[in-house]
Amino acid sequence: MSTVIQPEASSHHDPLLVAGVEYRSRLLVGTGKYKDLEQTRQAVETSGAEIITVAIRRTNIGQKPGEPNLLDVLPLDRYTLLPNTAGCYSAEDAVRTCRLARELLDGHDLVKLEVLGDEKTLFPDIVQTLEAAETLIKDGFKVMVYTNDDPIIAKRLEDMGCVAVMPLAAPIGSGLGIRNPYNIRTIVENARVPILVDAGVGTASDAAVAMELGCDGVLMNTAIAGAQDPVLMASAMKKAIEAGREAYLAGRIPRKRFASASSPLEGTFF
Amino acid sequence: MEIIVNGKTREVGEQLTAAELVEQLGLGGRRLAMEINREILPRSQYSSFRLSAGDRVEVVHAIGGG
Repeated sequence: MSTVIQPEASSHHDPLLVAGVEYRSRLLVGTGKYKDLEQTRQAVETSGAEIITVAIRRTNIGQKPGEPNLLDVLPLDRYTLLPNTAGCYSAEDAVRTCRLARELLDGHDLVKLEVLGDEKTLFPDIVQTLEAAETLIKDGFKVMVYTNDDPIIAKRLEDMGCVAVMPLAAPIGSGLGIRNPYNIRTIVENARVPILVDAGVGTASDAAVAMELGCDGVLMNTAIAGAQDPVLMASAMKKAIEAGREAYLAGRIPRKRFASASSPLEGTFF
Repeated sequence: MEIIVNGKTREVGEQLTAAELVEQLGLGGRRLAMEINREILPRSQYSSFRLSAGDRVEVVHAIGGG
Protein backbone atom coordinates (compact mmCIF):
# COMPACT_ATOMS: atom_id res chain seq x y z
CA MET A 1 0.00 0.00 0.00
CA SER A 2 1.35 3.38 -0.86
CA THR A 3 1.10 6.34 1.45
CA VAL A 4 0.39 9.76 0.07
CA ILE A 5 2.72 12.21 1.73
CA GLN A 6 1.22 15.65 2.06
CA PRO A 7 3.66 18.43 1.30
CA GLU A 8 4.71 20.12 4.50
CA ALA A 9 4.04 23.72 3.55
CA SER A 10 0.47 23.15 2.37
CA SER A 11 -0.46 22.05 5.87
CA HIS A 12 1.13 25.15 7.40
CA HIS A 13 -1.17 27.90 8.48
CA ASP A 14 0.17 30.63 6.24
CA PRO A 15 -2.68 32.98 5.47
CA LEU A 16 -2.59 36.28 3.64
CA LEU A 17 -3.71 38.90 6.14
CA VAL A 18 -5.37 42.01 4.67
CA ALA A 19 -6.97 44.56 6.99
CA GLY A 20 -7.30 41.96 9.74
CA VAL A 21 -8.96 39.31 7.57
CA GLU A 22 -7.25 36.01 6.74
CA TYR A 23 -7.30 34.59 3.22
CA ARG A 24 -6.03 31.15 2.24
CA SER A 25 -5.26 32.17 -1.33
CA ARG A 26 -2.50 34.61 -2.21
CA LEU A 27 -3.78 34.94 -5.74
CA LEU A 28 -6.20 37.78 -6.39
CA VAL A 29 -7.90 37.90 -9.76
CA GLY A 30 -9.74 40.37 -11.90
CA THR A 31 -12.95 39.59 -13.74
CA GLY A 32 -12.48 41.62 -16.93
CA LYS A 33 -11.82 40.55 -20.53
CA TYR A 34 -13.44 37.11 -20.33
CA LYS A 35 -15.48 35.69 -23.20
CA ASP A 36 -18.61 35.45 -21.07
CA LEU A 37 -19.79 35.15 -17.48
CA GLU A 38 -19.52 31.36 -17.48
CA GLN A 39 -15.86 31.51 -18.43
CA THR A 40 -15.34 34.19 -15.76
CA ARG A 41 -16.93 31.95 -13.16
CA GLN A 42 -14.91 28.88 -14.15
CA ALA A 43 -11.59 30.73 -14.26
CA VAL A 44 -12.18 32.46 -10.93
CA GLU A 45 -13.21 29.20 -9.29
CA THR A 46 -10.21 27.32 -10.71
CA SER A 47 -7.79 30.03 -9.58
CA GLY A 48 -8.84 29.47 -5.98
CA ALA A 49 -8.85 33.24 -5.51
CA GLU A 50 -10.94 34.62 -2.68
CA ILE A 51 -10.50 38.33 -3.42
CA ILE A 52 -11.96 39.30 -6.78
CA THR A 53 -11.77 42.72 -8.39
CA VAL A 54 -14.76 44.28 -10.12
CA ALA A 55 -15.27 47.56 -11.95
CA ILE A 56 -18.05 50.06 -11.31
CA ARG A 57 -19.80 51.30 -14.44
CA ARG A 58 -23.07 52.80 -15.62
CA THR A 59 -25.87 50.27 -15.94
CA ASN A 60 -27.10 49.47 -19.42
CA ILE A 61 -30.48 51.05 -19.43
CA GLY A 62 -33.06 48.80 -21.02
CA GLN A 63 -31.09 45.71 -20.02
CA LYS A 64 -33.03 42.49 -20.52
CA PRO A 65 -34.68 41.68 -17.18
CA GLY A 66 -33.46 38.06 -17.04
CA GLU A 67 -29.92 38.83 -18.20
CA PRO A 68 -27.38 37.47 -15.72
CA ASN A 69 -25.20 39.87 -13.83
CA LEU A 70 -21.60 39.44 -12.68
CA LEU A 71 -22.70 39.34 -9.05
CA ASP A 72 -25.08 36.46 -9.82
CA VAL A 73 -22.15 34.24 -10.81
CA LEU A 74 -19.74 35.56 -8.17
CA PRO A 75 -21.85 35.52 -5.02
CA LEU A 76 -20.95 37.97 -2.29
CA ASP A 77 -21.00 35.32 0.41
CA ARG A 78 -18.32 33.31 -1.34
CA TYR A 79 -15.88 35.95 -2.50
CA THR A 80 -14.53 39.19 -1.13
CA LEU A 81 -15.24 41.71 -3.85
CA LEU A 82 -12.62 44.34 -4.41
CA PRO A 83 -14.14 47.21 -6.38
CA ASN A 84 -11.51 49.04 -8.41
CA THR A 85 -11.24 52.58 -9.67
CA ALA A 86 -10.01 51.52 -13.10
CA GLY A 87 -10.41 54.19 -15.73
CA CYS A 88 -10.08 57.04 -13.22
CA TYR A 89 -7.56 59.74 -14.09
CA SER A 90 -8.25 62.03 -11.14
CA ALA A 91 -8.48 61.68 -7.37
CA GLU A 92 -12.02 63.06 -7.52
CA ASP A 93 -13.27 60.38 -9.93
CA ALA A 94 -11.58 57.65 -7.90
CA VAL A 95 -13.18 58.83 -4.66
CA ARG A 96 -16.62 59.05 -6.32
CA THR A 97 -16.20 55.52 -7.67
CA CYS A 98 -15.28 54.14 -4.24
CA ARG A 99 -18.25 55.82 -2.59
CA LEU A 100 -20.61 54.37 -5.21
CA ALA A 101 -19.02 50.95 -4.73
CA ARG A 102 -19.53 51.14 -0.97
CA GLU A 103 -23.20 51.94 -1.47
CA LEU A 104 -23.52 49.21 -4.12
CA LEU A 105 -22.00 46.58 -1.84
CA ASP A 106 -23.87 47.48 1.36
CA GLY A 107 -21.10 49.34 3.15
CA HIS A 108 -18.22 47.13 2.02
CA ASP A 109 -15.19 49.35 2.48
CA LEU A 110 -12.25 47.41 0.98
CA VAL A 111 -11.29 49.02 -2.34
CA LYS A 112 -8.55 48.89 -4.93
CA LEU A 113 -7.42 52.41 -5.64
CA GLU A 114 -5.83 53.10 -8.98
CA VAL A 115 -5.52 56.54 -10.48
CA LEU A 116 -4.02 56.40 -13.93
CA GLY A 117 -1.76 58.97 -15.48
CA ASP A 118 -1.56 58.08 -19.12
CA GLU A 119 -3.51 55.93 -21.59
CA LYS A 120 -0.49 54.52 -23.32
CA THR A 121 1.28 53.13 -20.26
CA LEU A 122 -1.56 53.08 -17.70
CA PHE A 123 1.10 54.00 -15.20
CA PRO A 124 -0.31 55.43 -11.97
CA ASP A 125 -0.54 59.18 -11.41
CA ILE A 126 1.15 59.22 -8.01
CA VAL A 127 0.16 62.77 -7.08
CA GLN A 128 -3.52 61.97 -7.66
CA THR A 129 -3.14 58.55 -6.04
CA LEU A 130 -1.77 60.08 -2.82
CA GLU A 131 -4.56 62.65 -2.74
CA ALA A 132 -7.28 60.03 -3.31
CA ALA A 133 -5.75 57.67 -0.72
CA GLU A 134 -5.79 60.41 1.89
CA THR A 135 -9.45 61.27 1.25
CA LEU A 136 -10.55 57.64 1.18
CA ILE A 137 -8.70 56.68 4.37
CA LYS A 138 -10.25 59.67 6.19
CA ASP A 139 -13.62 58.52 4.89
CA GLY A 140 -13.14 55.08 6.47
CA PHE A 141 -12.14 53.06 3.42
CA LYS A 142 -9.61 50.25 3.58
CA VAL A 143 -7.40 51.03 0.63
CA MET A 144 -5.35 48.55 -1.38
CA VAL A 145 -3.39 50.80 -3.64
CA TYR A 146 -1.95 50.29 -7.11
CA THR A 147 1.34 52.12 -7.45
CA ASN A 148 4.58 52.05 -9.39
CA ASP A 149 7.63 50.10 -8.25
CA ASP A 150 9.06 53.05 -6.32
CA PRO A 151 10.04 52.04 -2.75
CA ILE A 152 9.77 55.62 -1.45
CA ILE A 153 6.18 56.04 -2.64
CA ALA A 154 5.27 52.53 -1.48
CA LYS A 155 6.43 53.43 2.02
CA ARG A 156 4.58 56.75 1.91
CA LEU A 157 1.34 54.97 0.98
CA GLU A 158 1.84 52.49 3.82
CA ASP A 159 2.52 55.30 6.31
CA MET A 160 -0.69 57.05 5.23
CA GLY A 161 -2.65 53.97 6.27
CA CYS A 162 -3.19 51.95 3.10
CA VAL A 163 -3.94 48.34 4.09
CA ALA A 164 -1.94 46.89 1.19
CA VAL A 165 0.47 48.35 -1.33
CA MET A 166 0.39 46.92 -4.84
CA PRO A 167 3.32 47.86 -7.06
CA LEU A 168 3.14 47.03 -10.73
CA ALA A 169 5.45 44.40 -12.20
CA ALA A 170 5.11 45.99 -15.64
CA PRO A 171 2.37 48.01 -17.42
CA ILE A 172 -1.19 46.71 -16.99
CA GLY A 173 -1.98 43.99 -19.51
CA SER A 174 1.55 44.00 -20.93
CA GLY A 175 2.57 40.52 -19.77
CA LEU A 176 6.19 41.67 -19.51
CA GLY A 177 6.76 40.13 -16.07
CA ILE A 178 8.71 41.73 -13.24
CA ARG A 179 10.79 44.49 -14.80
CA ASN A 180 12.43 45.66 -11.63
CA PRO A 181 12.87 42.79 -9.18
CA TYR A 182 15.32 44.76 -7.03
CA ASN A 183 12.78 47.49 -6.37
CA ILE A 184 10.06 44.96 -5.63
CA ARG A 185 12.41 43.28 -3.14
CA THR A 186 13.21 46.62 -1.51
CA ILE A 187 9.51 47.46 -1.25
CA VAL A 188 8.85 44.08 0.39
CA GLU A 189 11.75 44.47 2.84
CA ASN A 190 10.58 47.92 3.94
CA ALA A 191 6.93 47.01 4.41
CA ARG A 192 4.77 46.13 7.37
CA VAL A 193 1.60 45.82 5.26
CA PRO A 194 1.05 43.21 2.55
CA ILE A 195 2.81 43.90 -0.74
CA LEU A 196 1.08 42.46 -3.77
CA VAL A 197 2.33 42.65 -7.31
CA ASP A 198 -0.51 44.09 -9.34
CA ALA A 199 -0.31 44.14 -13.12
CA GLY A 200 2.22 43.05 -15.69
CA VAL A 201 2.35 39.31 -15.03
CA GLY A 202 2.37 37.30 -18.26
CA THR A 203 2.69 33.67 -17.29
CA ALA A 204 3.07 31.34 -14.32
CA SER A 205 6.82 31.85 -13.86
CA ASP A 206 6.28 35.62 -13.48
CA ALA A 207 3.86 34.97 -10.62
CA ALA A 208 6.30 32.53 -9.02
CA VAL A 209 9.11 35.10 -9.24
CA ALA A 210 6.93 37.69 -7.49
CA MET A 211 6.27 35.27 -4.66
CA GLU A 212 9.92 34.20 -4.45
CA LEU A 213 10.84 37.87 -4.02
CA GLY A 214 8.72 37.78 -0.88
CA CYS A 215 5.55 39.41 -2.11
CA ASP A 216 2.49 38.55 -0.07
CA GLY A 217 0.37 37.94 -3.14
CA VAL A 218 -0.25 38.74 -6.78
CA LEU A 219 -3.24 40.37 -8.43
CA MET A 220 -3.75 39.60 -12.09
CA ASN A 221 -6.41 39.70 -14.77
CA THR A 222 -5.17 39.74 -18.37
CA ALA A 223 -2.60 36.95 -17.86
CA ILE A 224 -5.49 34.59 -17.15
CA ALA A 225 -8.35 36.07 -19.16
CA GLY A 226 -6.21 36.65 -22.24
CA ALA A 227 -4.60 33.19 -22.30
CA GLN A 228 -5.61 30.76 -25.06
CA ASP A 229 -7.21 28.62 -22.36
CA PRO A 230 -8.06 30.91 -19.44
CA VAL A 231 -9.28 28.17 -17.13
CA LEU A 232 -6.08 26.15 -17.57
CA MET A 233 -4.00 29.30 -17.00
CA ALA A 234 -5.98 29.98 -13.82
CA SER A 235 -4.93 26.54 -12.61
CA ALA A 236 -1.30 27.22 -13.57
CA MET A 237 -1.31 30.54 -11.72
CA LYS A 238 -2.72 28.95 -8.59
CA LYS A 239 0.15 26.46 -8.56
CA ALA A 240 2.75 29.12 -9.39
CA ILE A 241 1.65 31.28 -6.48
CA GLU A 242 1.79 28.32 -4.11
CA ALA A 243 5.14 27.13 -5.47
CA GLY A 244 6.65 30.61 -5.30
CA ARG A 245 5.43 31.09 -1.75
CA GLU A 246 6.81 27.76 -0.60
CA ALA A 247 10.15 28.47 -2.28
CA TYR A 248 10.31 31.85 -0.54
CA LEU A 249 9.56 30.30 2.84
CA ALA A 250 11.98 27.45 2.20
CA GLY A 251 14.83 29.89 1.54
CA ARG A 252 16.64 29.40 -1.73
CA ILE A 253 20.33 28.53 -2.01
CA PRO A 254 22.68 31.41 -2.74
CA ARG A 255 23.81 31.90 -6.31
CA LYS A 256 27.46 30.94 -6.91
CA ARG A 257 29.61 31.25 -9.97
CA PHE A 258 31.07 27.74 -9.84
CA ALA A 259 29.91 24.20 -9.26
CA SER A 260 29.38 22.42 -5.99
CA ALA A 261 29.17 18.62 -6.32
CA SER A 262 25.99 16.95 -5.15
CA SER A 263 27.58 13.53 -4.58
CA PRO A 264 30.15 12.88 -1.81
CA LEU A 265 33.79 13.16 -2.85
CA GLU A 266 34.93 10.52 -0.35
CA GLY A 267 34.70 6.80 -0.99
CA THR A 268 35.37 6.89 -4.67
CA PHE A 269 36.97 3.61 -5.96
CA PHE A 270 38.56 5.01 -9.10
CA MET B 1 -39.65 67.34 -16.63
CA GLU B 2 -36.23 66.53 -17.98
CA ILE B 3 -33.50 64.81 -16.01
CA ILE B 4 -30.19 63.36 -17.14
CA VAL B 5 -29.71 59.67 -16.51
CA ASN B 6 -26.27 58.16 -17.19
CA GLY B 7 -25.43 61.07 -19.45
CA LYS B 8 -28.65 60.96 -21.50
CA THR B 9 -31.59 63.33 -21.26
CA ARG B 10 -34.80 61.64 -20.20
CA GLU B 11 -38.36 62.96 -19.96
CA VAL B 12 -40.04 61.82 -16.75
CA GLY B 13 -43.14 62.73 -14.74
CA GLU B 14 -43.06 65.47 -12.09
CA GLN B 15 -42.29 64.36 -8.55
CA LEU B 16 -40.91 61.02 -9.75
CA THR B 17 -39.25 59.11 -6.94
CA ALA B 18 -35.87 57.42 -7.34
CA ALA B 19 -37.58 54.06 -6.80
CA GLU B 20 -40.01 54.79 -9.63
CA LEU B 21 -37.13 55.79 -11.90
CA VAL B 22 -35.36 52.49 -11.18
CA GLU B 23 -38.54 50.65 -12.19
CA GLN B 24 -38.95 52.74 -15.35
CA LEU B 25 -35.36 51.92 -16.32
CA GLY B 26 -36.15 48.22 -16.05
CA LEU B 27 -33.65 47.84 -13.22
CA GLY B 28 -36.02 46.90 -10.41
CA GLY B 29 -34.62 44.27 -8.07
CA ARG B 30 -31.08 44.68 -9.37
CA ARG B 31 -28.08 45.50 -7.25
CA LEU B 32 -27.14 49.04 -8.12
CA ALA B 33 -26.03 52.32 -6.63
CA MET B 34 -27.28 55.78 -7.43
CA GLU B 35 -25.75 59.23 -7.37
CA ILE B 36 -27.85 62.38 -7.73
CA ASN B 37 -25.86 65.48 -8.66
CA ARG B 38 -22.69 63.76 -7.44
CA GLU B 39 -24.16 62.85 -4.04
CA ILE B 40 -24.79 59.22 -3.14
CA LEU B 41 -28.45 58.43 -2.65
CA PRO B 42 -28.68 55.58 -0.12
CA ARG B 43 -30.91 52.70 -1.19
CA SER B 44 -33.08 53.24 1.89
CA GLN B 45 -34.13 56.63 0.48
CA TYR B 46 -35.15 55.54 -3.04
CA SER B 47 -38.88 55.49 -2.22
CA SER B 48 -38.94 58.85 -0.48
CA PHE B 49 -36.52 60.84 -2.65
CA ARG B 50 -38.24 62.93 -5.35
CA LEU B 51 -36.28 63.98 -8.39
CA SER B 52 -36.23 67.57 -9.64
CA ALA B 53 -35.92 68.92 -13.16
CA GLY B 54 -32.32 69.00 -14.33
CA ASP B 55 -31.09 66.40 -11.83
CA ARG B 56 -28.09 64.47 -13.03
CA VAL B 57 -28.53 60.85 -12.09
CA GLU B 58 -25.90 58.13 -12.31
CA VAL B 59 -26.97 54.52 -11.92
CA VAL B 60 -24.07 52.09 -11.64
CA HIS B 61 -23.46 48.41 -11.09
CA ALA B 62 -20.50 46.03 -10.85
CA ILE B 63 -19.05 44.52 -14.01
CA GLY B 64 -15.95 42.53 -14.83
CA GLY B 65 -12.74 44.44 -14.28
CA GLY B 66 -9.15 43.98 -13.17
